[in-house]
Amino acid sequence: MTSTVFPETIEWENEGTSRIPLMAYTDEAIYRKELERFFYGKHWCYVALEAEIPNPGDFVRTSIGERSVIVVRGKDGKVNVIENACAHRGMAFCRARNGNQKDGFTCPYHQWNYSLEGDLQGVPFRRGVKQDGKVHGGMPPDFSMQDNGLTKLKVATRGGVIFASFDHEIESFEDYLGPTILHYFDRTFNGRQLKILGYNRQRIPGNWKLMQENIKDSYHPGLLHTWFVTFGIWRADNHSALKMDAHHRHAAMITTRGNALKASEVSKVASFKEDMRLNDARILDVVMEPWWDGATTVMTTIFPSAILQQSVNSLSMRQIQPNGFGSFDFVWTHFAFEDDSEEMIQRRLRQANLFGPAGFVSADDGEVIEFSQSSFETRPSEQALAVLGGHEIGDTDHMVSETLIRGMYRYWREVMEASE
Amino acid sequence: MMTNFNDWMALTRLYADYASAVDSGNWNLWPEFFTEQCVYRVQPRENFERGFPLATLAFESKQMLEDRVYGIQETLFHDPYYQRHIVSAPLLHKVDDGRIYSEANYVVIRTKLSQLSTVFNAGRYLDEIVATPDGLKFASRLVIYDSEMIPNSLIYPI
Repeated sequence: MTSTVFPETIEWENEGTSRIPLMAYTDEAIYRKELERFFYGKHWCYVALEAEIPNPGDFVRTSIGERSVIVVRGKDGKVNVIENACAHRGMAFCRARNGNQKDGFTCPYHQWNYSLEGDLQGVPFRRGVKQDGKVHGGMPPDFSMQDNGLTKLKVATRGGVIFASFDHEIESFEDYLGPTILHYFDRTFNGRQLKILGYNRQRIPGNWKLMQENIKDSYHPGLLHTWFVTFGIWRADNHSALKMDAHHRHAAMITTRGNALKASEVSKVASFKEDMRLNDARILDVVMEPWWDGATTVMTTIFPSAILQQSVNSLSMRQIQPNGFGSFDFVWTHFAFEDDSEEMIQRRLRQANLFGPAGFVSADDGEVIEFSQSSFETRPSEQALAVLGGHEIGDTDHMVSETLIRGMYRYWREVMEASE
Repeated sequence: MMTNFNDWMALTRLYADYASAVDSGNWNLWPEFFTEQCVYRVQPRENFERGFPLATLAFESKQMLEDRVYGIQETLFHDPYYQRHIVSAPLLHKVDDGRIYSEANYVVIRTKLSQLSTVFNAGRYLDEIVATPDGLKFASRLVIYDSEMIPNSLIYPI
């Protein structure tokens, strides 16, 4: 008899995506195919903010999927993204996480030297060693410096944000996002200089897609995040919208806080406590900013690697770096704008207490992802449901739908089930 | 500098009492170690050394610490765990105008139900301590951690 708990291949119930086979989260071969087709294929992956590398030679080391890459500003001011793998013996030579390397990169193993663009510019003993009137060794005559540079990625920058792709045949970044999501991207990255506030790093023992789904799941914030509800941030009279690109891979969850009614009259959530107040309310000292266009929170998922967070005054780019089907590193880069007042910067920093690995409303997201994954791995033949709001995929003007998750899996299936 | 044995005893006792309190599971004990206007920050070493202001937790008053306790007890969904602090003897930098500037290394071991004990977080405390009628209190406690990754989430105070 064949096992019913551990299937050999992934089986979807029908053409729809409202029932997701748990094997999508638990299988090594599927995960590798995802790396191949999403992270290393024709997808723009987030790598850094330009404000992290303002000067020529400035670099940061990061990852796309599991591959180590260096994001470096060239002498001409252009941003290059090159793979951190020496063309000679393949070693990941760059060990610093950031710094300045004006004279290029040198692999310590055999001192091969590369320009900031990734071109090979120096090979020790290339012409061999002269001894007793003879030349010993050296690279063969057919060795080409041009053919032995580092792997160069295609780079897109917009509004101070850097994306890269291993596949140079990729469409433009603007076409990749599509007009709807590009609008929300430009809303935050509207040309103002960014100021880096710092990083948070956490390793979440769950499949990387669960984080994308978490930020596409408008069902949970008012339920899991009791803190939101307790202090009146999440209210039933909030106005909301869910929007996607034409491929349904990216999404924006847009919330405008309602002020119409007395909070107690509109909240239907049991954990709401009208008399509950913070002892020190500075963490929730929200000030509307003109560029919001009224929306108090917009969470934008940029498939597969990034989440752009504007949650009241707190701003971050969150990067997903998968490491195996059951784990990913989640890197938060909080930022402000260079022309922010000191008061606004302090406000953004205080509100950062809501987010990150210890955040009042983010720590519990990591926890639920961990306990989803650990359950999935024991019973991959089962399914997870995403049927709230029906089986359709489309934009909504409310939050009571799992349409964004269904949309993401529609796209996932298109790519994963394609013949090549 | 600290000149008498009693002062040194009071300082080491503060460190021991704090570790005992945050390991006890009785979170209400924790804010009492601080002055009304205080600083408590849990910050990655990377941000601290590069001058980035972001912290993983950043509180500026005893009331904010009480709000965190409320979050731990009432709102934050999390896997329950024990924590155990191992804190080094304090390194006393200076005493200036009654204010003690000191630091100590720490390791926090986390034990989840039915799981092995693992190193959860490692770093050092950078402290400013003042004498009050209720004994020594932290005016500022910076928790600067070496650990490059938080294993999923950090719920309880360090």
